[in-house]
Amino acid sequence: MIDKIVASCEVAVADVPDGATVMIGGFGTAGLPNELTEALIAQGAEGLTIVNNNAGNGDAGLAALIAAGRVRKIICSFPRQVDSHHFDREYRAGRLELELVPQGNLAERIRAAGAGIGGFFTPTGYGTELAKGKETREIDGRMYVFETPIHADYALIKAERGDRWGNLTYRMTARNFGPVMAMAAKVTIATVHEVVPLGALDPEAIVTPGIFVQHVVPIARSATGAGGIRP
Amino acid sequence: MTARWTKGQMAARVARDIPDGAVVNLGIGMPTLVANHLGAEREVILHSENGVLGMGPAPPAGQEDYDLINAGKGPVTLRPGGAFFHHADSFAMMRGGHLDICVLGAFQVAANGDLANWSTGALDAIPAVGGAMDLAIGAKRTFVMMEHTTKTGEARLVERCSYPLTGLGCVARVYTDIAVVDVTPSGLVLAEAAPGWDLAAVQALTGARLMACPSR
Repeated sequence: MIDKIVASCEVAVADVPDGATVMIGGFGTAGLPNELTEALIAQGAEGLTIVNNNAGNGDAGLAALIAAGRVRKIICSFPRQVDSHHFDREYRAGRLELELVPQGNLAERIRAAGAGIGGFFTPTGYGTELAKGKETREIDGRMYVFETPIHADYALIKAERGDRWGNLTYRMTARNFGPVMAMAAKVTIATVHEVVPLGALDPEAIVTPGIFVQHVVPIARSATGAGGIRP
Repeated sequence: MTARWTKGQMAARVARDIPDGAVVNLGIGMPTLVANHLGAEREVILHSENGVLGMGPAPPAGQEDYDLINAGKGPVTLRPGGAFFHHADSFAMMRGGHLDICVLGAFQVAANGDLANWSTGALDAIPAVGGAMDLAIGAKRTFVMMEHTTKTGEARLVERCSYPLTGLGCVARVYTDIAVVDVTPSGLVLAEAAPGWDLAAVQALTGARLMACPSR
C-alpha cells in the first residue's frame, strides 16, 4: 500500500543533509511552509542553498533559517522587503551568496527542472545586468537569453488538502510556486490542513498529482499573517 | 497658468486608455490607483503575477485573508469568474503575450522605449527585481506612469537610460503629471499635455527630443 502521510514535520525533514538545495514555496506569506522550515531549523542541516521568491519575512520560517546561519546561498527574485532584516544583515556581512533571478525566469527554471528540460531561451532580462555573460540568440527577429533549470534535493511546500498518494490542492494565492517546486525536487514534502481519503479529491481539480510528492504532513490550520508590507 | 495632474488624475487618464474586455496587470505603486478609475461599465480583468486573474479590490477591514494577496503582498478579493494558477502559468500569461496591457512605474524611460524601473544602480543597495523584467516585455502594450521629473528636477524621459535597464524598447506610452507621451519608431511624441502646458514647456522638462502629435 502506498502511504505518503508522515506524522510530523520533524520526521519529514529528518534526512535533509548539509549542503542540500532546498526549495521553499510561498510568495509573501501565502504558501510559506513555515512549519517545515521550523522543523528544518531544529534538524540542524547547514550550508543550504535555498530557492524561494523572497528571502524571509519577519523573524519566522525562512527568516529564522537565515538568522540561524544555515543558509549559504539563496536563489530568489525579490530579497529586499520592509521586513527582510535577517537577509539584509547576512547579505551585507558577506555571509550569504545571492543569485537574483527575474520572477518569471525563476518559475520557469524550476518548471524546466521538473519537466526534464535542459534550458530555454526567454526574452525576459535580455539586454539587462541580469543576463550578463549568458548565451543569447535571435529567434524570429526577437532576442532571447538562455536560462538553465534549477533542480533541488528537497522542496518544502504548503498545500490545502492531500491524500495518501500525495495528490494536492492549494488555497487561493498560496498555490504560487508549490506545483512547480514539487516537480523540480527529488523529495517533495507538502504540509496540508486536511488529509482526505483516497478518491475524495475531485480528480478534475487535483492541482499537483501525487507522482510529484513524496511526503504529506497534516498540520493544524492557522491564519496566514501579513508579511512583506508596511503594517 | 500651468497645473500638474494629480496621481488620481494620472490614474484616471490611464484608465481611459484601457478598453472594455482588456486583461491588465497593474504594477506595484502608482499604477495600482488605476483600478479605482476603471468604472463599472467596463469589464476589465486584472491579473496579478502571484497567480490571480479577476482580482477585485481590497476587502473591508477585518476581512483580510493573507492567502489571497496581490503582487504587492496586500490583501485583495476575487471577482466572480476569477481564477488561481501557479507561478509558471502566471508568467506564461505575460511572456506568452496573453496580457493586453501592463502599467508600470519607472525611474526612467528612453526615447527608444527602454525602461529602467528596478534598480538605481547604487552600489550599496540590495538588488531586488521581482517580476519587473517579465512584466516589461510581457504584455501586448506596456504603459508607464511616473512623475515627469525627479524630486531634484531632472528629466525622467531621456535619450538613454542611465539607470540599469529593466527591458529594451518595451514602453508604448508614458503618462506623467504634465503629459501623455507616445514612444514611436521616430521618437517621443507628445499626445496630450496638462492644462496650460504646450510642446515647448513639456520639452523643457524632457531629456529627449519631443515631437508634436501629427494630428494636433
